[in-house]
Parts: sequence; C-alpha cells; structure tokens
Amino acid sequence: MFPAPIQRAGRPAQIAYKVALPVSLVLWLIPLIAVMVTSIRSHGDIVAGNYWGWPTDVHLFENYSAVFLTSSIGQFIFNSFMVTLPTVFGAVALSCLTGFALAVYRFRSNTLIFMMFVAGNFVPFQILMVPVRDLTLSLGLYDTKLGLVMFHVAFQTGFCTLFMRNFIKALPKELIESARVEGVSELRIFWFIVLPLVRPAIAALAVLVFTFIWNDYFWATVLVQGNHAMPVTAGLYSLNGQWIAAWHLVSAGSIVAALPPVLMFFLLQRHFIAGLTLGAVK
Amino acid sequence: MDRARTGWGSLPKGEGRISGGFDDLMGAAVHANDQSWAALWRRHQRRWAPVLFLAPGVLYFLVYVVLPIGQSMAISLYEWDGIGEKTFIGFANYVELFDDYAFYTSLWNNVLWLVFYMLAVPAGLFVALFLNQTVFGIRLVKSLFFFPFVISQVVVGLIFAWFYDPSFGLLALLMESVGLEPIAVLADDRYVTFGIILAGLWPQTAYCMILYLTGLAAVDTEQIEAGRLDGAKGWRMLWYVVLPQLRPATFIAVVVTVIGALRSFDLVSIMTDGGPYGSSRVLAFYMYEQALSEYGFRMGYGAAIAVILFLIMMVYIAGFLISMHRAEREAR
Repeated sequence: MFPAPIQRAGRPAQIAYKVALPVSLVLWLIPLIAVMVTSIRSHGDIVAGNYWGWPTDVHLFENYSAVFLTSSIGQFIFNSFMVTLPTVFGAVALSCLTGFALAVYRFRSNTLIFMMFVAGNFVPFQILMVPVRDLTLSLGLYDTKLGLVMFHVAFQTGFCTLFMRNFIKALPKELIESARVEGVSELRIFWFIVLPLVRPAIAALAVLVFTFIWNDYFWATVLVQGNHAMPVTAGLYSLNGQWIAAWHLVSAGSIVAALPPVLMFFLLQRHFIAGLTLGAVK
Repeated sequence: MDRARTGWGSLPKGEGRISGGFDDLMGAAVHANDQSWAALWRRHQRRWAPVLFLAPGVLYFLVYVVLPIGQSMAISLYEWDGIGEKTFIGFANYVELFDDYAFYTSLWNNVLWLVFYMLAVPAGLFVALFLNQTVFGIRLVKSLFFFPFVISQVVVGLIFAWFYDPSFGLLALLMESVGLEPIAVLADDRYVTFGIILAGLWPQTAYCMILYLTGLAAVDTEQIEAGRLDGAKGWRMLWYVVLPQLRPATFIAVVVTVIGALRSFDLVSIMTDGGPYGSSRVLAFYMYEQALSEYGFRMGYGAAIAVILFLIMMVYIAGFLISMHRAEREAR
C-alpha cells in the first residue's frame, strides 16, 4: 500500500492525520456546507448580511415550502425525471445490443464501428448543436421532453457502448463457445447467457447516465424553451434570475436540484465508480 | 466477415450438411413455409446476428451524432439565420473569424482552461494519496470528497458566483479580514477566467481523485514492499514505483480533463454569461452566443466556430483512439 499505512507511523503522526482528515473535509466542502446552512436561513438574515455566520432562526420548512410553492421547481424536477429515466433505459438497452455485437463477433468493420462510438462520445456538443436543433424542430419535438430524450439516448449510446463492449469482452469466451457447440441460437445466447452476466455493467451505466443527464444544462437550453419541458438545471438558472438576492431560496432550490443524483450516488456508489473509470482501472 | 464465415464452417459442420443438403433446399422451395426461414436463420445467424444487434444503435448514432458533424461543416459555409434561405458564402465565415477579436479572446481562454484545468490531475493524485489509508470512517470521507462531482455544474456555478461576490462573498470577507481591498473576481477581466476555472477545478479534482483512488487500490503491494526493502520511500517511491503503475488512471484523468476543459460551457454561462464584456468567453460559449442567443441567429458563423473547436478536440480524440487501439493490440 502506498503511502505507508498511517498505523506504522509514530503516535504524533497518527494524531495529526486524524485531525487533518475532518479539517480538510470541512474545508473541501465549505461551499456545500454554506449552501446547506443558507438554505435554512431566514429572509431577515439575508437582509442583515448574515451570509456566513450561524443562522439566527431555522427556517427549514419555510424556505423549502416557499421554493416549491412560489416557483415551478416541482415541475422542473418532474421534467428532469421524465427526461432522465427514459434516457437511461434507452441508452443502456441499445448499448447492450451494440456492446454484445462488438465484443462477440469478429467482422471487418468491427473496430471502425467501435471507434465511431468512442470518438463520437468525445465530440464537442457545439458541433452537433445546429443540426440537432434542426432535426428536433423538423420532427416536431422542439421544446418537448421527448426531443431531449431522443438526443440524449443517441449520444449516451456512444459512451455506454464503449463500456459495455469492454465489459462483455472481459467475460470468459468459453461460455459463449460452448453454448454454440450445444446449438444454442445467437439470440438466446445474448438473452440467457450474456445479459444476466452484464448486470453489474448495467447498474454502473444506469447510475452514471442518470447523473450525466440529470446534470445536463447545455442541451436543456438548446432544445427547450418553456417551463413545461424544462429540466431542473436550466430551471434553477432561470429561477436564479427571478430570486434576485433571495439567496436562501436559491440555496434551497440548489439543494433540491442536487438531491436525486446525490442519493443515487450514495446508494450505488460502487457501481458509480466502476463506471467512471471507463472500465480501464479495475 | 471472412473470419466469421470460416469460424461458422468449422464448428457445426455435421449439422450444416444435413440441413443444407440438396433435398432440403428443394423441400424448402416447395413448401416455402416459415420453417425454412428458421433454417435459413440458423445457418447464417453468425453472419447476420451482428448486423441485427448493431443496426438500431448504429443508425440512431449516425443520425444524431455522426451526420450532424458533417452537416455543421456544411452549414459553416453558409450565411444562415436558422429560418430563412441559406446563402453559400464559401469560407467567408472562417475569414471573418481571423479578424474577430472575440474569437481570439475565446481561443485564448480555452488555452488557459486547458493549462490550468490540468491542475486537477496532480491535485486529484494528492488528495487520493492523502485519503489512501485504512482508518475509521475513511469510506465515508472518500465519498464526501467525491461529492462536488455528483452535483450539477449549475449548482457549482451558483455557489462559486456567490463565494466571489465582492460585497458579501466569503472571499471578500476573508480579504477584508486581512486588510485587503476585496476583488470583484467575476467583474474583472483580469481574473474572471481564472475564477471560473477554479470553480471547475473543484468537481474535476474530485473526479481525478476517484480515478487515482481506484488506481491505488490496484497497485501491486509486493512491488511497493520490495521498493521499501531497497530503501525507496516518499517522492522516489511515488515517482519510480507507484506512478508507473498508475499510468492507466493518469491516462483517463488527462483525457477527461482535456475534454472537460474544451467542453467548458456551463460554468461560463452560469457565472458570467461570458462577461464582463465577453472577456470570459470560451469557444463553446461563443459559438452558442453567435448561433442561438439574443445577439443574433448566425448559424453559419456559429458552425464555423464549432468546426474550429471540433478540430482542436479531434487532435486529442485521435490520440486517445490510437493509444486505445495500441493497448488492445498488446492485450491480444
């Protein structure tokens, strides 16, 4: 293990480490802690300029209910779910198919197709912006949740295929070979042998894509205008314009917007990290 | 294709002879029922299965991701407001870019992003080394350190804009407490880009940290212990024994950080909207501003900016593809 385990060090070093750990954690998270504390401040505190001290009053319920009652944030959150969940399903489903094909079969254009997915995944969004907006307009999906979903599924399929193909490739080949010798059809091999084995990959991709899409801001501004389809990222930004200097509301809104991916991360941490490393570091 | 065919031919030969015989073919032609389709599928499935499995994903990806790249390149040769007629103007948009002061500002800021965003890699390594211990509660500490990456950049941007506020932000308070005049970071064209990059470094460092933590968990303990016996420790150990083993993690960290730097849009849009006076624009943001914001619907000009950004990115993408391809060759 590197660095050397702290237990091997002297007593002073151990104590120093145990103190440094929480201190550095608090410093690292100061921005978040400040937002959490501010989200329960009273309006009076904000007016009095008490931004960083302890709140004089705890306005937890008042602030959070005000956020939900006086703004469309409930609608935004709903929209975010309605964009994110179908995207997760669509991208993961498609990439199970493509990843299987690219990992199991050898054919001439295999590498080329794989490289296309990988490269597409890294392309700057701006080069897609005008044509995708046009396409969405001509499909009649501009300013709809479906329009966003359609694009996100396509784009995330690139990343998911990269991950899925590498995952399936690492499975023992003999499983598939022996099934073939037994005369099991390719479709059944996919459904009954490979699919149950890639469950961890599906979980990893699901959490990761959920976070990516939930936090997407660019496409939400490009493909959506009205409140009825706007996800919470773009919604929060427009609310920030309305709630000028009402930092307690902005903070509470930020917390609400950040909560779903944070919960997701805490519940499925292991999978999340496996996905982030692109399967390269195991 | 050829390999697949020979592979198929070598395995179930017996079966192939039975179902593929002359009588069978005649029978199939006479009856022409769906059983023959099934037989046909069974014989050729190894050839056609990849096509079937790939078709939906590939077609969809082509329409939404690959073709738009070409379309953008084409649009960059036109003058177009997004609604009316397109007028072909050749490379006029690119010529205009050469004299566009705002374009150079954006390009320069992208260079700054590329250079300073890279700090996330060593910073992430540092944090990972700091946290790579087994003490009580370390797992929770690690996940809390990772937190900034999970929350949206919109939230990160709002938090940091607030942190930098010259009248009540924490930075201003800290500077006042040591007797300095507070700086309005986001309103000062000298500091604004650095202020935004710093906000971006917060989640990006967390990302690099997690990459290194997973890398460190896989480091070969025997090599470390052998190094210790040889008297290596501290920096020398890190440099000669640990870092070489962390190369995959470093590689991914650099790739995602470069991509992140070139993609920077959210933070600029949230924190300054490109200001003050356009001094914090980056290419991604400037493109959006030209093509879609209230300043005008110049799709052709925007597309030209996007093409430049794409070409810069392509250098890195090509590098990534080549090294990935090489790694796969070696693995085989």
